[in-house]
Amino acid sequence: MRFKDVFSIIGPSMIGPSSSHTAGAARIGRSARQALGEPPLEAVVSLYGSFAETYRGHGTDVALVSGLLDYGTDDERIPDALRLAEESGLKVSFRAETRPEVHPNTVSLLLRGAIGEVRVKGCSIGGGNIEIVGIDRFDVKFSAIQPTLLVFHADRSGMIAEMSAILMGAQVNISHMQVDRESRNGAALTVIECDQLPGDEELKRIAAIAGVRRVRLIDLAAKKDGIE
Amino acid sequence: MRFASLAQLRKLCEDEGETIAGIMIADQARESGAAEEQVVKQMTVYYQVMKEAVRKGVQGGTRSRSGLTGGDAKRVGDYAAAGESSLGGEAATAMAYALAVSEVNASMGRIIATPTAGSCGIIPGVFVSSQERFGWDDDVLVRGLFAAGAIGYVIANNSFVSGAEGGCQAEVGSAIGMAAGALVEMRCGTAEQAMHAVGLALKNSLGLICDPVAGLVEIPCIVRNGFGAVTALAAADMALAGVRSAIPSDEVIGVMLEVGSAMPEKHRETAKGGLAQTPTGRRIMKELYGNKNEPKDEPKDEQKGGEQE
Repeated sequence: MRFKDVFSIIGPSMIGPSSSHTAGAARIGRSARQALGEPPLEAVVSLYGSFAETYRGHGTDVALVSGLLDYGTDDERIPDALRLAEESGLKVSFRAETRPEVHPNTVSLLLRGAIGEVRVKGCSIGGGNIEIVGIDRFDVKFSAIQPTLLVFHADRSGMIAEMSAILMGAQVNISHMQVDRESRNGAALTVIECDQLPGDEELKRIAAIAGVRRVRLIDLAAKKDGIE
Repeated sequence: MRFASLAQLRKLCEDEGETIAGIMIADQARESGAAEEQVVKQMTVYYQVMKEAVRKGVQGGTRSRSGLTGGDAKRVGDYAAAGESSLGGEAATAMAYALAVSEVNASMGRIIATPTAGSCGIIPGVFVSSQERFGWDDDVLVRGLFAAGAIGYVIANNSFVSGAEGGCQAEVGSAIGMAAGALVEMRCGTAEQAMHAVGLALKNSLGLICDPVAGLVEIPCIVRNGFGAVTALAAADMALAGVRSAIPSDEVIGVMLEVGSAMPEKHRETAKGGLAQTPTGRRIMKELYGNKNEPKDEPKDEQKGGEQE
C-alpha cells in the first residue's frame, strides 16, 4: 500500500498551494536536511517532470528550501523561505532537468554542510506524501512517515544483527528494513523504519559499532511538521 | 487497515454493525498504535483549520500570490445570500465555501490537503455548509472526515490522488467521491448507499485532465472546487434517494486508473496542454514569468545535471 493511513489522505495541515508541489516538496527538503545531519550551507537542486515544468508557479522552490530550513509543512514562514535562507547563509541553485524519470514529481538535492555532504533523491507521490528513492549512490525506498534511521557502514557479516540488537534493547520495533551496498565488503547503507522513536543513546551506540561510519535520523513528525 | 476495496469496507461495516467512520477510527488507532481519542483529536484540529479557512476565504480579502485570482468566494457568497441562486441557497453556499478554501490555498494560506491541496475546497465546502444547514455538532463532521478518509484511502491505493499521476479526475474527482460518500453517512444513509455515492460521483469526473494555467493551482482549479462541492451534494442526494451505481464503485476506481495511466503527460499537471496552452493561457504565463520556465517540447541539454552516476 502506497498510502498507509487516514492522515495520508486527510492532511497534512499545510501552507498552499499544492500538496505534491508544496507540502511534499517541503518534506523531501526536510528529509534531505536530516540525512545531512547539519545545517546545509549549499544546495544544488535538480528538478524533473512536473516539478521542472511548474516549480515557480507552485512555489516548489520555496517549499524545498523551507524543508532545508527544517520547517514543517504548515509553518507560516514558508512563503518567505527564500529570503530567510539567504539571510541564514544558505546558497541554493535550481536546475530544471528533462531526463525521463520514473515519477513525474522528482527532485534530487545535493547538500553540503560544514562537515559533510549528501545527495537525496525523492518523489512527491500526491497529497503531501513522499518516497525517498536515493541516498548518495544507494537505491532506497521509504516514506519518512515513521522515524527512519540511515546507517552508513561497511558491508560485513553481523552488522545488521548488532544494529537490531540495540533497537531491540530499547523496545524499538522495526517495521521495515532495507540494505544496499556498493560492492561486496564495500560501502553499504541500511535504512531502518521504526514504530517508535529511537533515543539519542541508541543512535550513539549504533554509531559506535565497528564499521559504522555515520548514523542519521529522519523524523518528520518532530515537533514542527504539521499540527499535533 | 483491514480493507483494500470499498466492497471490503462495506462488508466490515455490515458485519460489525459499525459506520465507515467507526471502522476507520479503530483501524487508524491500531495502525498507529495511538489511542482512539488521540486519533480523533488530531482530526478535530484539522476540522478547525478547515473552518478557519472557510471563514477567512468568504470575507473576500484573499488574493493569490500571482494576483490572478481571489474574491470569487465572496462574490458567490453574496449572490447566494441575496436569494438569487439558481441552485438554491444551500448548494450555492457549499460552492462559495469551497471556492473560499481554494482561494486561501492559492494565497499560500493554511489548509488541510483533502486529499490534496488542489482539491482542498470540496470537503470543507460540503462539510461546513452542511453543518450550518443541519445544525450538527463538530464531532459529526470529525467522524465524517474519517469516513471521507477511508474512501480516499481505497481510491489512493487502487488508483491515484495526484494530478501529476492521474489528472484532475484523481484530485478533484477523488475529493468529490470522498465528500459524497461521507455526506451520505452523516445523513444516516447506509454504508451501501455511501459506496454507491462514491461510484456515482467518480463517474462524473472520469477523464478530467489537469491543465493548470502557468502551472498555478488557480485556473481552473479554484472553480473546479466550487463545482465539485455541488456535484458531491448531488451524488449524495442520488444515493440517498436510492440510485445505485450500476458499475460497482471499485470498478469505477479501476477505470480512473486506466484512464489516468493513458493520459498524455501534457494533461497531467505539466502546464504543457489544455487550458494552460490556450492563447490566453500562454499569455498569462508569459506575463508572469517572461520567457523563463515556459514549457518546451524540445528536450533541453541533458548533460548539465548534477545527477551523473
